Amino acid sequence: MPSISTFISSRRQVLVWLVASGTLLLSGCDPHTSGLYGGNSPFKGIDITGADYASGFQLTDFNGQTRSLNDFKGKVVMLYFGFVQCPDVCPTALSRAADVMQQLGPQAADLQVIFVTVDPERDTPELLREYMAAFHPSFLALTGSAEATQRTADEFRVHYKKVPTGSSYTMDHTALSYLFDRQGRIRVVLRHEQTADDYTADVRALLAQPA
Amino acid sequence: MKQLIIAGLLAVTATAWSQTTVKVEDAWVRGTVATQKATGAFMRLTPSVNARLVDAKSPVAGVVEIHEMVLEKDIMRMRQIPGLDLAAGRTMELKPGGYHVMLMDLKQALKGGEQVPITLVFEDDAKKRFTLDIKAPVTALGGGNAPMPMKPGMDHKH
Repeated sequence: MPSISTFISSRRQVLVWLVASGTLLLSGCDPHTSGLYGGNSPFKGIDITGADYASGFQLTDFNGQTRSLNDFKGKVVMLYFGFVQCPDVCPTALSRAADVMQQLGPQAADLQVIFVTVDPERDTPELLREYMAAFHPSFLALTGSAEATQRTADEFRVHYKKVPTGSSYTMDHTALSYLFDRQGRIRVVLRHEQTADDYTADVRALLAQPA
Repeated sequence: MKQLIIAGLLAVTATAWSQTTVKVEDAWVRGTVATQKATGAFMRLTPSVNARLVDAKSPVAGVVEIHEMVLEKDIMRMRQIPGLDLAAGRTMELKPGGYHVMLMDLKQALKGGEQVPITLVFEDDAKKRFTLDIKAPVTALGGGNAPMPMKPGMDHKH
């Protein structure tokens, strides 16, 4: 039977190990985990306030209108990169965004959900318009040339890649959602595994801040 | 509700006729909009013996593949897999965030409430192939990640 002191010492070792491994997890090499506020973040997602990337975009919406972040000042913006011929994560992300709209109630008018296609070749404006409308009448989709799409993805550190499958192709892509505050500043990155409740909480936190 | 019962009955009849049985439950297909060319079918499979899902076909799609979706460092990757191993008596769930039957080169838009016929092709341990015909109801695009119609009070979130 171990003595009390051994017991305490092993407990301490476990504690040290837990703290160390926790630190390792927090300091992983993911570029999105380098938030400035670390553990004190008020958000469920990753606080990237002050980040030197994800500053904005300039693309064309499904009505042919050029759009940039400035157009949505006063609203919280939730931005997601995806593609329509996607059976799994993209509709799941958009369904979750629709759930967030519902949870927000009247405040939903102050949230703009924007979907940026990483497959402009197949995602025509008509297809994007119909697809978004299936989830929520207010959702907007943006598209652009191959160059503009790449430039925007680079700005957000978003990875996307065409992968052949059968006679067709699919897209690998980063499945994160980006939140901008009412002043158009990048604030939060949310992961795909997070729930609608997490998303709603972070949107609410940003809506509570002055425009 | 009615559709659920019918879908259930179909699964039961199909399994009763085949010697090696695979129970298919809660199959559903994600709806599409016009000119959308791909979507996924999801379901739960429970085989009576060890089996492998090796292929699938559907009259609504030119190409059907078995796919796996993985999230790696927040990047979604979707890949065709040669087959999906099923252990006797264990339920394998094809669901968003994991495996799905990928319907590509769609010949029509799939609207909520429609039924999509799918033939699932399995292989038993002796590499003998057997098929199972199912009809998977379409959950309208934007209708969530669950078979439709949902039973009142039934929680489909896991």
